[in-house]
Amino acid sequence: MSKGVAITGMGIISAIGNNVAENYDALINKKKGITRVDNIETIQREEIMVGEVKFTNDQFIAQLNLPPENNYSRTAMLGVIAAKEAIADAGITDIKKYKTGIVSGTSVGGMDMTEKYYYEYLTDKETQKYIESHHAGDSTQKIAAQLGIEESLVTTISTACSSAANAIMLGARLIKSGKLDRVLVGGADCLSKFTINGFKTLMILSDTYNTPFDENRKGLNLGEAAAFLVLESDAVVKAENKRVLAYVKGYGNANDAFHQTASSDNGDGATLAMEKALKVAGLKPSEIDYINAHGTATGNNDLSEGRAILRIFGEEMPEFSSTKAYTGHTLAAAGAIEAVYSVLALQNNIIFPNLNFKTPMKEFSMIPQTELKKKELNTVLSNSLGFGGNCSAVLFSKEV
Amino acid sequence: MKKVYINSIASISPQKTFDNTIFLNEIIDYNDTVIFAQDPDYKQYIPPAAARRMAKGIKMGVVASKIAMDEAGIETVDAIITGTGMGCMIDSEKFVSAIIDNSEQYLTPTSFIQSTHNTVAGQIALGMECKAYNFTYVHSAISFESALLDAKMQLENEEAQHILVGGVEELGEHTTKVHRLINHIKPEAVTISEVLDSKTEGAVFSEGTNFFVVSNEKTNSCYAELVAVETFNTLQKEKVSEAIETFLKENNLKAADIDVVVFGNNGDVDFDGFYNQLSEGIFSKTQQVFYKHLVGENNTVSAFGVWLASKILKAQSIPEIVKINNVNSSKIKTVLCYNQYRGQNHSLVLLKK
Amino acid sequence: MSELKEELKAKIIEQLNLEDIVVADIADDDALFGDGLGLDSIDALELIVMLDKDYGIRLSDPKEGRKIFESVQVMADYIQEHRTK
Repeated sequence: MSKGVAITGMGIISAIGNNVAENYDALINKKKGITRVDNIETIQREEIMVGEVKFTNDQFIAQLNLPPENNYSRTAMLGVIAAKEAIADAGITDIKKYKTGIVSGTSVGGMDMTEKYYYEYLTDKETQKYIESHHAGDSTQKIAAQLGIEESLVTTISTACSSAANAIMLGARLIKSGKLDRVLVGGADCLSKFTINGFKTLMILSDTYNTPFDENRKGLNLGEAAAFLVLESDAVVKAENKRVLAYVKGYGNANDAFHQTASSDNGDGATLAMEKALKVAGLKPSEIDYINAHGTATGNNDLSEGRAILRIFGEEMPEFSSTKAYTGHTLAAAGAIEAVYSVLALQNNIIFPNLNFKTPMKEFSMIPQTELKKKELNTVLSNSLGFGGNCSAVLFSKEV
Repeated sequence: MKKVYINSIASISPQKTFDNTIFLNEIIDYNDTVIFAQDPDYKQYIPPAAARRMAKGIKMGVVASKIAMDEAGIETVDAIITGTGMGCMIDSEKFVSAIIDNSEQYLTPTSFIQSTHNTVAGQIALGMECKAYNFTYVHSAISFESALLDAKMQLENEEAQHILVGGVEELGEHTTKVHRLINHIKPEAVTISEVLDSKTEGAVFSEGTNFFVVSNEKTNSCYAELVAVETFNTLQKEKVSEAIETFLKENNLKAADIDVVVFGNNGDVDFDGFYNQLSEGIFSKTQQVFYKHLVGENNTVSAFGVWLASKILKAQSIPEIVKINNVNSSKIKTVLCYNQYRGQNHSLVLLKK
Repeated sequence: MSELKEELKAKIIEQLNLEDIVVADIADDDALFGDGLGLDSIDALELIVMLDKDYGIRLSDPKEGRKIFESVQVMADYIQEHRTK
């Protein structure tokens, strides 16, 4: 049994950078990664903005040195890049030295290839290699193969936009219960016509830069990204004399049980998730220094989440911001992207601004942090809320 | 650490398994390469207003979860955890083909909403008004075992008392078509008695769902104690016996202590060797049973193996139709389930009376 | 007009998969949402696509739909006035 769950390495690729350092640089310099979509041919191009990683699949294949006959989906390629950075960052050279597993979150999986070759599969043998990369577990299996993780616990979670937060949660449980000594947790999702058109039918895509927690918010920008964190037990940290970036101190998941897609007006699920996370951490709301909100900039999410935050924090509201204005909403990966940002916030004692905010919402007087702010941070709470009422909160801390 | 019990079961499969009072009494023979679930009367369980948007997988999951909840005699749970390898295929196919066929125009949201993997768990929560922990695992053949392991950890640590765990899979027409092209589906129809000796590539594809209420206290309806769950992303054929023996040793058992072993053979000539080596090896003197000839292959069908093991432990009898060999065991105390799919994603589930 | 209303009722039933309802069950003034037919926000999105596809009416804000879909009567009036096909 391990009391602490240490984060000893991180890796990320998103619309604002191809590694942790580039992401941090963009965050502190207010450089957002929202553009028109270039790598996908879609009739929605002029109607939406996205957080896209600008490398093409061919560039990724070259970068990863994959053979021509590979059947990697874009999700898998993004995932491998972030996972490799995390392992290197944690200084792991012998992956087999400790019992190491992977828990990843994805919602798109191999859908990018399925939608490309859907009918071609029936006639073009060349494309059929991608049939097996459709399922959601495929990208995780490829990450495991790339890292040499064998005969171990490798699994995938798909709970829509809270997937990666839930992967962190399961990873923390696996470390605490002693099932694993070390686990790579995170998530990956690429842009696809499937999600672009899906969110379009829900009429929650903004045609311009997304504006979290703003009265005049018009919806979200979809994004693509992957991020992974290495979690290690107390025993490994001690034996290897590991540098610890932060700890996973608490976590909670709850279901809104309100509607298939919309969040409840009062944010019941989000409230419960935050309450659980605080309880697991043994902390009071007043002990939270910064909230990295889910803040997708949809009418529904920001109102529901805002009310939930108000219910928990009331008068003792710490600074909060959503970083979705930088990256777009990266769906299943979002919880991991924002976990990396939360750890960066802790490490640098800095709060990232909520870009594009102008007008406070009329329902409450909550105003996000809009400028970069230096502040001694010991705890950061990160929310991830999704379809199917799935609500998660993960709490990161400097100390065990 | 608390012990964990399987207090109720529910199964919708290509056999008539949704009635818990019977145990494979009547077998439906198939002669096909794809077999569908035997439907219970969904209307009896789901109001029409709620059912109108539900694809088959959601209906199956919602009904099976109700059967399991009823048998356990509880109204709500502390967590709902599902596994699904392929998710809601029917709606995914509907939405992808609509995107292509209509060149991204006039698309409607319903099939997109239903295509997300966590739809089933979400709909169960919505129906039960259950605001508790809600997870969905989507890792091929170990999707269900991941859910089971998550539940087990929470129950052992007393983070929860009762958890609803299940696996669900539905067949989508296009997905079936393309899997035929890559020989994952058998080239010719086989009857249930021919499956194991078919000597052809691929499996008989199927759909279905299995749900369980697992708790850290025993109720009257209890079937078995869930002792251990382990998964392996890879495992070479020659290392399976060793992995099983290590797993058993961790649970203070040896191969000879296993009364019944439940194998996931599906008649795929390329991969049944994983089981055959055990039949002839460490479990040669053990009663062996299998089930995929009855219910086909899908990503969470290994949950049917756990259903079968639970039934055997409670009934203390083994239907002839599932027996691979004949070893008399007067009392069945310990059952081990082993499954893998296409040589990957291996799982071991250990149950005790 | 009454033809359009009958057409709308049939389309609503088909599009929204209202299995246990027939055209005669829906009165022109019945509320479609809430206590009436019990439709919800997802149905509203479905109906918005129907307006676009079948009558050439494009709504950009889902909130507009709520008023237009109050009843079959209101819907028919709106379509009559705004249809482009």
